Amino acid sequence: MVDITPRAADAIAPAEVPDVELYHPHSWWTTYVFSQDAKVIAIQYAGTAMAIGMVALVLSWLMRLQLGFPGTFDFITPEAYYQFVTMHGMIMVIYLLTALFLGGFGNYLIPLMVGARDMVFPYVNMLSYWIYLLAVLVLVASFFAPGGPTGAGWTLYPPQAILSGTPGGQQAGILLMLASLILFIIGFTMGGLNYVVTVLQGRTRGMTLMRMPLTVWGIFTATVMALLAFPALFVACVMMLFDRLLGTSFFMPALVEMGEQLSYGGGSPILFQHLFWFFGHPEVYIVALPAFGIVSDLISTHARKNIFGYRMMVWAIVGIGALSFIVWAHHMYVSGMHPWFGFFFATTTLIIAIPTAIKVYNWVLTLWRGDIHLTIPMLFALAFIVTFVNGGLTGLFLGNVVVDVPLSDTMFVVAHFHMVMGVAPIMVVFGAIYHWYPKITGRMFSEWMGQFHFWVTFVGAYAIFFPMHYVGLVGVPRRYPELGETAFIPDSVHTLNAFITVAALIVGFAQLVFLFNMLWSLRYGRDAGGNPWRATSLEWQTPTTPPPHGNWGKQVPLVYRWAYDYSVPGAPQDFIAQNDPWPGKAAPA
Amino acid sequence: MAIALVLVLVVVGSVLFHALSPWWWTPIASNWDYIDHTLVITFWITGVVFAAVVLFMAYCVWRFRHKEGSKAHYEPESKRLETWLTVVTGIGVAAMLAPGLYVWSQFITVPDDATDVEVIAQQWQWSYRLPGADGKLGTSDSRLISAENPLGVNPEDPNGQDDVVVEAADLHLPIGKPVKMLLRSIDVLHDFYVPEFRAKMDMIPGSVTYFWFTPTRTGSFEVLCAELCGTGHGFMRGVVAVDTEQDYQAWLQEQSTFAQLTAPEKVGAAEMVQP
Amino acid sequence: MSVVIVFILVIAGISFWWLAQQRLMSKPWLEPGAAGVLPGLESTGIPTAKLGLGVFLAVVGCLFALFASAYFMRMELSDWRAPPIPGVLWLNTAILILSSVALHVAVVAARRGQREMLRLALVTGGLTALAFLAGQLTAWRTLADGGYFLAGNPATSFFYLLTGMHALHIVGGLVALGWTTAGAWREGASARLGQRVELCAMYWHFLLLVWLALLVLLAGWANDFIDLCRQLLT
Repeated sequence: MVDITPRAADAIAPAEVPDVELYHPHSWWTTYVFSQDAKVIAIQYAGTAMAIGMVALVLSWLMRLQLGFPGTFDFITPEAYYQFVTMHGMIMVIYLLTALFLGGFGNYLIPLMVGARDMVFPYVNMLSYWIYLLAVLVLVASFFAPGGPTGAGWTLYPPQAILSGTPGGQQAGILLMLASLILFIIGFTMGGLNYVVTVLQGRTRGMTLMRMPLTVWGIFTATVMALLAFPALFVACVMMLFDRLLGTSFFMPALVEMGEQLSYGGGSPILFQHLFWFFGHPEVYIVALPAFGIVSDLISTHARKNIFGYRMMVWAIVGIGALSFIVWAHHMYVSGMHPWFGFFFATTTLIIAIPTAIKVYNWVLTLWRGDIHLTIPMLFALAFIVTFVNGGLTGLFLGNVVVDVPLSDTMFVVAHFHMVMGVAPIMVVFGAIYHWYPKITGRMFSEWMGQFHFWVTFVGAYAIFFPMHYVGLVGVPRRYPELGETAFIPDSVHTLNAFITVAALIVGFAQLVFLFNMLWSLRYGRDAGGNPWRATSLEWQTPTTPPPHGNWGKQVPLVYRWAYDYSVPGAPQDFIAQNDPWPGKAAPA
Repeated sequence: MAIALVLVLVVVGSVLFHALSPWWWTPIASNWDYIDHTLVITFWITGVVFAAVVLFMAYCVWRFRHKEGSKAHYEPESKRLETWLTVVTGIGVAAMLAPGLYVWSQFITVPDDATDVEVIAQQWQWSYRLPGADGKLGTSDSRLISAENPLGVNPEDPNGQDDVVVEAADLHLPIGKPVKMLLRSIDVLHDFYVPEFRAKMDMIPGSVTYFWFTPTRTGSFEVLCAELCGTGHGFMRGVVAVDTEQDYQAWLQEQSTFAQLTAPEKVGAAEMVQP
Repeated sequence: MSVVIVFILVIAGISFWWLAQQRLMSKPWLEPGAAGVLPGLESTGIPTAKLGLGVFLAVVGCLFALFASAYFMRMELSDWRAPPIPGVLWLNTAILILSSVALHVAVVAARRGQREMLRLALVTGGLTALAFLAGQLTAWRTLADGGYFLAGNPATSFFYLLTGMHALHIVGGLVALGWTTAGAWREGASARLGQRVELCAMYWHFLLLVWLALLVLLAGWANDFIDLCRQLLT
């Protein structure tokens, strides 16, 4: 039990903060389309990300149909299957999750949560979205290019990625993929500069770093990481483009393809893998850290309790962010790199489990002796913990170098990373959308549709990916369009595969309920009021809901406390907003 | 309320699934049962943590669910509890890492008496090369590959002349003798994967990778490619047969050497040279 | 990957140094109160545009550190044959230094309100940067004439790739510089213009640094240095 000792003398009246120079839109186009308002950009980012995410969802159905019922669907040839695998993975990781967490939630929440009127460079922020959209369109164009999209797997390993044995390798597919990634990175860098500098510079008076909600901490740290990690992918893409178009041999060794000597020579495919995973591993945390931050706020708000061990949570986010740059080669234990690296990377990988575990403990301990409201966001937060713990623990198998040897490149890996960076962050995405929907739209979503969506998604996703670990344990390799007659694979595996496919289809269709709910409630949802969850952080304290351009009306809020003053002993309510000077002056009603 | 029940069911269901499911790894056929043991240790530790965390969560959700008039306890942090949990987690991690690293050091230390066996992958088939009577593999280079010399063996190298070449056919290995698999690809990345041996490693064009193992069980085992290598990846299969010494020698007698394959007209002469 | 790891360590060092001043060990729940009690913790005190450019330069620095890492990793393979360094590179380096100096003069001129000097310095900076680009093209021509083509040895490929990447960044900078120079004609010497000139100068100095690093890399001095280190270690 900690006594709080508020210093009444410190309370001062909110000062009139000079209005910052804002871009004031003059037409419908500059208000809704070429908008420089971070909130509109956020919705554009989120809408585009979810639209392309739906494409990836449909691709996953096609893959699952092929795996569950091989030979039934003639149009899913091995070529098509690999194209689906590749595009599904790339879209989900980069164009959906990265764009949604940073471009979507980052844009909407950072300025509101730190008490700014907008991002610090609104024009660059707008450009960021349009370049992202262009990247998505280039990606989509590859579906219509001759030869179709690339089928090299989302890892795009050379030499196969640019050879004729891989779909799209000698056609436009791989070129469009690389071009799209390069565009994405340029666009992201523009947005990322905004998120970082806004957190550094745009915080309102009183908003010290240690008063920021963990959501901001998570997105901020993830953005810093992304700014440093994406250049690695950029370098890899540029060098691969050179190899493919200009005949250099950065990654291409001397090789004989289909009986024909190619003119390449001496290059190193491993070099690409190092560059790719130097980006690829931080990328996991680029998706995970915003999810960590957001889920902390969901749990705290809906359990009416401060997040347990806030300081430890902050340190863990920063620590994980830093450590994640020295674990990349755990994706390469069986790549043929020098075996001594295994010792180093297994150790760093398992060390990173410790701050991650602390975060899990603190989420669960926040529930302990809380006042838990089982709202839809809270349900999704709980589902996140279950799936994240599950996926995180299987990561200890794959991170521990020798245990990885039999499991790598099997369905165990597929199950692991879907659980930990597919299902778990998506649970947070849904929780966050339900949580902030009333702020974004001013209306409440339909509770029963939300319940339905939650139960089908949570139970269904667990039913898809938990058994999949065991398919991998049997030894079934990943990226096989069909298993055929393979002696060590019992027939029951095929039955299990069919079951997983059915579960995947059901979960997929349940997402339509979510989309319908979002659209239906926009019109018919009941009025939510400004702060329906009775939350403390600044975005719930805006004078109008939804917040207009500029967010705060005449004066930006003045911050008196951290973001987690829930159930403070002696307080008149079970929450005290960050801009509430209690007990200094104005005690809230 | 329902969520607390479902959380318990998730734990119970997961444990039951683990215990009752018929899906487990294939019986091992190599010396790497250490890997299996490490895996089992990891399963126990992670399983206990998973059950503990989720069950505790379920209890919290049930016990502290919102009731009219209830209020949350105010406790910003507890240094002691967090330190304690960190230390316990650290011990658990060390308990998994230590055996892992120990077995890894064995995995990368090839015994001196291991026989070299070269695996050559190409889209989408497996070939093999065994050192002949001299026990040494000849050098090779993918630039030497031609229709007559599909594996790119260096014809100038005397060590290579007696190498046994097994092109696009089954590999046989004698039981109980350690082998060092030298992995070479002539086109793209592949991965030589036999589930029963547990070990696997990517093959990289332009360099030679390796792993070692000792076959411990006779039988015929399927080879799969475990690194996406193009359209035919899923169909890139092969067979490794582990034989008794006698069967192995019988199989070896039927194979051709590199010298025989490149100079078919001199078959008779070459046979006379063989001991 | 050692170059980029060192780079990341430097960035991490700066970040942690800054974080260390942000009272990360404080217990925020014990410190409710108005802003005044916590001075200096709300923003960094650096002008926002400068900080933004600083973060961007960190990203560009990371990009070149990664290229350098790739360069070293590729160099270790057996087929590496470094091309001769065209002599014109020394001239180009001198020109680029001149360009940086000109922009520095521009900053000083803007600060002192010397309008004519500012214009002269900006134009000199732009023209010398263009001359540098022309010089780089000449270097490419020299290499190609000597039979060192892009698709040849990877060392040569890297030469074209790295100089090309650097040149692209100069081109980007020239756009901003052109805009600033136009501003110098339009509005004379204002505070806003002064800031823009400062940003351009900062970018120019940074690209000069990157170029010097690339030169060390391409001229092979970096290898000599590494060899020396290795000898000292063994």
